[in-house]
Formats: sequence, C-alpha cells, structure tokens
Amino acid sequence: MYRMRSWSVRNARWLQKLYAGIEWLIIQADPLLRRIGYDRLDRPFLRVEKLTKGFLLDSQSCGQCIVAYTGLSCPMNCPKKMRNGPCGGVRSDGSCEIKPDMTCVWVNAWEGNKRQGNDDYPIQVVQPPVDYRLIGHSAWLREVQLKHEI
Amino acid sequence: MRFDDEPLIPGEMLPILPGHVSHGRLERILRAGAFAVTAEIAPPDSADPHEVYERAALFDGYVDAINATDGSGAHCHMSSVGMCSLLTRRGYAMVMQVSARDRNRIAIQGDVLGASAMGVSNILCLTGDGVEVGDHPEAKPVFDLDSISMLEMLRTMRDEKRFLSGRSLTEPPRIFLGAAANPFGPPLDYRPHRLAKKIDAGAQFVQTQYCFDIELFANYMTAVRDQGSHEKVFILPGVGPLASAKSAEWIRTHVPGVQIPDAIIERLKGADNQAEEGIRVCVDMINELAEIDGVHGVHIMAFRQEHRVAEIVERSGILGDRVPWHPGIPSANLENSQ
Repeated sequence: MYRMRSWSVRNARWLQKLYAGIEWLIIQADPLLRRIGYDRLDRPFLRVEKLTKGFLLDSQSCGQCIVAYTGLSCPMNCPKKMRNGPCGGVRSDGSCEIKPDMTCVWVNAWEGNKRQGNDDYPIQVVQPPVDYRLIGHSAWLREVQLKHEI
Repeated sequence: MRFDDEPLIPGEMLPILPGHVSHGRLERILRAGAFAVTAEIAPPDSADPHEVYERAALFDGYVDAINATDGSGAHCHMSSVGMCSLLTRRGYAMVMQVSARDRNRIAIQGDVLGASAMGVSNILCLTGDGVEVGDHPEAKPVFDLDSISMLEMLRTMRDEKRFLSGRSLTEPPRIFLGAAANPFGPPLDYRPHRLAKKIDAGAQFVQTQYCFDIELFANYMTAVRDQGSHEKVFILPGVGPLASAKSAEWIRTHVPGVQIPDAIIERLKGADNQAEEGIRVCVDMINELAEIDGVHGVHIMAFRQEHRVAEIVERSGILGDRVPWHPGIPSANLENSQ
C-alpha cells in the first residue's frame, strides 16, 4: 500500500529500531528454530513477513532484504530493481520516470536514511546483484542463518 | 596525434603503459592530463557496415573516443557490440555502452570478454532506460544487475581474473571502466555520494547527462571536490546542441533527467537562427565547463546533429593544436620504416 510505504519511510528511525529488535529476538530463538527446522519454518515466516513488511513497506519478498540500508524503502519497488541508488531518470519533482505517480524509491531511501541517522547500515555499501533463487523465501531466517555461520 | 608505439595495422592494440589498466587511447589521453573529447555515434537501423563507417568518419580528427550506445531510450538499433566490432577493426577508440536492461550477468560477462578480444578498451556501465519509454514497451525488462553491481562485476573480472561465479579467466578483459552520472536529477544532495559509490564499485571515468545548467553543475562539482572524487575519476560532462527553443521545451518536459534553464530557452527564442544559436550555446557551454576544476573533458551527444560535432569542437578551440587519432592520420611508423 503506497500511503503506508511513505509513512514508514517518514518513521524510519524508530521502525528501524523495531526491526532490529525483531531480528535480535529471532537470533535468540535460533536453538528452537533449529530444532523445528529452518526449511519447515520458511513458509510460515514468509507469511508473517508478507503481512508485516508487505503492509508497512510494500516489501516485495526478495528474500535478501536490504531495507536497513535503504531508509526502509524497498528497492524492489523500483521498476528497474535498482539496489544501489537512484537512476538518472528521476523527474524534477522527485517522481519515478516510469511510474510518474510514484515517488522514486531512492528519493525515499535517501530521506529515510537521513532520518535513520545510524552508521550501522550505510547507504553507500555496494549491494551485490539479487540472487534469484531466494525470491519468495523468508529473508529473516536467511539473515539468522548467515549471522550464525559467521 | 599519434603515439610513438602506435601499431602498424589499425585495430591492433597499443601496449599497456605502467599504471594503466587498458590498451586504450582514451585512458592514455586522460592520464596524460589532456582535455579529452568523446562523442556519441548514432547507431543505424541497418545491417550495412558502411553506414557505421560513414557515421564514425564525421568525427575524424576531433574526437578521442566514440561511444556506441546500447539501445538508448529503449529503442532498437544496431548493437553496441556490433558497432564496436566494426570500428575497432579500423583502429577507432570505442566506449562500449552496456545496459543492464536487456541482458543478464551471463550475457554481459560474455559480451565484455568478446568486446575486449576485439580491441574495445572502454566499457560504460549503465542501468539503462526502462522498456516503457522505447519502441517495444511490451518487452521483458531484464535488470538482473544495476550499473553499480555491473561495475563491480567487471572490475572483478579484470583485477581478479574471475567471473562473478568465481570461475577463473585465463586472460582478463583489459578495460577502462566508465559510468554515467546525472548531477541534475533528484535527490540532488545524494548525487555526489552516488558518484563516490560508483568510484568504489570501479568507475574510472564518468560521462554525465546533458549539462545546460552550469550553476547546478558547478555546485555538484564543489561537492565532488569536497569528497576528493575528482582525483579518483575522470569527469566528462555531457553537452549537445539544441535544435530550437521548441525542441528544448520538448526535451525538458519529455526526457526525464534533463534540466534546461529558462535562460537558455529565452536565448534560443531570441535568435534569428535558432539552430545556429543552439550550436553557439553548446560551444559556450564547453568553454565554461572546461574552466571548472575537476572537469577532464567533454562528452558530446549531438542527437541528429552528429555532422556538426567537428564544427563544435573546432569552434570551442578546446583541443588546441592536438588532432586526435583517426584512420587517415599519417602513419609515422610506416614513414620511418621506408
């Protein structure tokens, strides 16, 4: 929902903290999650993510979430799927060149990033290309698994 | 202008100088500190190679490298890889534009290896225009990469001799990596940071969107210099002649990312011959840009006015006595050997 998405970017600061809190909780729950099995949890987790992140951020469930780096503006809403910054076609009023009714995802990202005001997730980190195998899987569970591998 | 170590046969590669990454003339000219001129060639809607040769010959003696566009404006034309293949055989320095819109990472890496083998020394990494603005709006937009992830991928191929997958290359592509920049699009205060991010990802030169608003560009360059980026990347602002006040109005309302100030439109309106005034505006812009600290050259995009590029460069006087290499230039090596 577009209006909700704009609201979330405006409230990026505390939403980001909430998001980090949820992640922390899931990381703590790792032993339990491991016992149940990550594969078995993927679908229910994805459903929860779609309900929460989908509602708040218009998340497109790419399975490799980087909204912490993008001021809570989901880059997969960009028609060009740009994950590293705005293209050169942004209109002078800040709207998208392809979808003029939508504010550029990266105009929002830059605003949200400034509001977030933390350096833990810098917008300047070069993001790798999307792994298409992960689309439609839970990003939270992947995050927890990655953290435990390190 | 010829280099002493110029190959006898056009199309054979120059040696790579110490501290350089490519065989190319463009890298040599920029690193030598000369003011470089690049221009965009119009790709034909044709399979006739002579159309390509004729269009390139318009720039002979005035341009250091030629940009071959890759389906610009999402319109179908001869491919950049095809244009580069034809023109490198004649010895031209090419900037091959690669758009992420039409090809995925498998296709792009393969094309870059092929292009490098054919003598392409410069690759310009672009995300590309959306298919919606082109002549095939029903096409599938690929966008497997964006310009920045493409830069990083190609730099890895060159410097680490491996594909994105990790599989190793026996000979890496010796390419000078370029990117585009639009200092005139929102969010304006992020644009200098975006340039810095492109440099981090591997950009060594940038060519910008059309510059008509010198004040906006000067502000951008101040921020770029504050970040020290002008010492890490060669910056070639884009320029081009406007055909008339009416076409300028059309461009600024219909081409996203191009800003044309009212003052320029008024200047065109007030002229007896608007097309000639458009050329004068372009020549003035080149000279004003050349004065800005951190500008290393200009990139001329003379859409539908390619035949006037030589005149624009001549009138600007920015090349001084320097005559860029072209196929007809007298060959010192041959003279010496006779």
